Amino acid sequence: MPKLYTFLKYFFVILWACFVIAPFLWAISTSFKDFNSVTGGATYIPWLQFEPTLDGWSVLFKPGSQGGINIIGPYFNSIFVTLTASLISIVLGTLAAYALSRYTFKAGFVKNNDITFFFISQRIMPPVVLSIPFFLFLSTLGLLDSLAGLILVYIVLLMPIAVWIMVDFFNRVPKEIDETALIDGCNPFQAFFKVVLPNSVPGMLVAGLFCIIFGWIDFFFAFILTFTKVQLLPVKIVALNSSITPWWSLSAAALVSVAPLIIVAFIVERYLSKGNLSGALK
Amino acid sequence: MNFKHKYVFLLPGLIVLIGILIFPIIFTVRLSLSGWNSFNPGLDFIGFKNYVRLFTDDPRFWQSFFRLSFLAITTVFLQYVIGFALAHMVWKDIKFKRFFRVLFLIPMMTTPVIMTVIWRTFFHESLGPLNDFLSIFGVQPPWLSSPSLAKVSIIVVEVWQWTSFMFLLMLAGLLSLPKEPFLAAAVDGASPFKKFIYVTFPLMAPISIGAIVIRLIEASKIMDTVFVLTSGGPGTSTETSSFFIFIKGLREFQMGYAATASFTYLIIMIISLTIIVKVLTKVLMRE
Repeated sequence: MPKLYTFLKYFFVILWACFVIAPFLWAISTSFKDFNSVTGGATYIPWLQFEPTLDGWSVLFKPGSQGGINIIGPYFNSIFVTLTASLISIVLGTLAAYALSRYTFKAGFVKNNDITFFFISQRIMPPVVLSIPFFLFLSTLGLLDSLAGLILVYIVLLMPIAVWIMVDFFNRVPKEIDETALIDGCNPFQAFFKVVLPNSVPGMLVAGLFCIIFGWIDFFFAFILTFTKVQLLPVKIVALNSSITPWWSLSAAALVSVAPLIIVAFIVERYLSKGNLSGALK
Repeated sequence: MNFKHKYVFLLPGLIVLIGILIFPIIFTVRLSLSGWNSFNPGLDFIGFKNYVRLFTDDPRFWQSFFRLSFLAITTVFLQYVIGFALAHMVWKDIKFKRFFRVLFLIPMMTTPVIMTVIWRTFFHESLGPLNDFLSIFGVQPPWLSSPSLAKVSIIVVEVWQWTSFMFLLMLAGLLSLPKEPFLAAAVDGASPFKKFIYVTFPLMAPISIGAIVIRLIEASKIMDTVFVLTSGGPGTSTETSSFFIFIKGLREFQMGYAATASFTYLIIMIISLTIIVKVLTKVLMRE
């Protein structure tokens, strides 16, 4: 019986691993093809089945005037928007989460849990619902097609995640820590910044990782709210997906765009295995 | 503790969030009562006409809503079962534990639209590897151009993408479980199967509920996958609520009507999620 279970376990885990890896292998192989190798039917192994070229990759770094796609600008835009919005969300989210975890709020029927729910419930809204009013809102402010406008929108997207993770995290940090600091003569701000915050770095890192993930993978807002001046990476890449799709440069661009977050996967796993994430995520 | 400080902590975040959101929400409600379209762009007032149209004369909206419910529930169910199973399998004694953990985490880190573009080439009828493989068996299913297979394709991509998120939440949960119940079960000589049914699963119930609800919320927004993979097609056979609103509002520019659909959709979502949380709590938490 345990032998059968072990066999099934390895069988299933390896099967799923193949499924996870399949699109990446396909993309890596496709990125070295040219027009003829793609339209000739599915092939997988370079040199053996098709003659590999670097066209798909080199096109990514040429400017548009030379027939290139130039994803470098969009790449930095994406990084800038994601990091800035995540940072703001973490700062504001951590402060709000601390208040919601440590103090009691009461305004009519609204209590702590309702405020927490209000923050988190923003995730229920589909981007498409917000996109039309945001479009008009940003055009009134003159922020359409700008990095600042996108950051503003991404804060709404990411702050709920930060609040969700940090409230749970602070609920697990013993209250005695701040109480001791207060008795020692700190005011609440000093207690927070000198004592609580240094102890909350793991939670904030986890919240930050999640904000980066969900900011980096967003497509729809960038798609609706920016046009030409500011382009984010996903929009740039999806624009390639037309009737005559250059599969090779598409695959190369896709691989380049997912690469940085694979590093995040390693960091998340480290946290998991060390047991730091469990507390912050439950 | 001093009561004034708490507002200094809470208010910056709350004000920023409300400040950014208040206009869009009020505007959506107001817009839903207007006939704003491309011929008549403006905030006139037509009362509840849009709502009457939506509730009495638009099967397409309701079809897209039921399709969304079907897709969301199917994909989240599959993600939960597979994600929990995978998390349980790499929880303890397995070789290459950390390798498998990293690998299973990767899909959620990848941008859905971009991976879906890759999947689209993967599913390609004549040039994709899937049909190349299936042609060994003499079949070449039209993955993206048949209404039922297009749904299957979307489910495959969604499960690929988001099982890893479920996996992460479940593994984090498993790793945080106390050791004592398992020691007790081992002393009693419980089989692995019984251990799972009577110890692991009940302990994981609260985490399961949280994970399922989070995933349902995210899955109800399915849009990126549909947009790239099938564009709602063939016909309207893979259109979800978000995509319907997108078509009405940003392709046909019936802004007023799209706002009506948005608002109705939001209300239904909030009510059904509340019910789902109650039902899940009852089913999974029974002692």
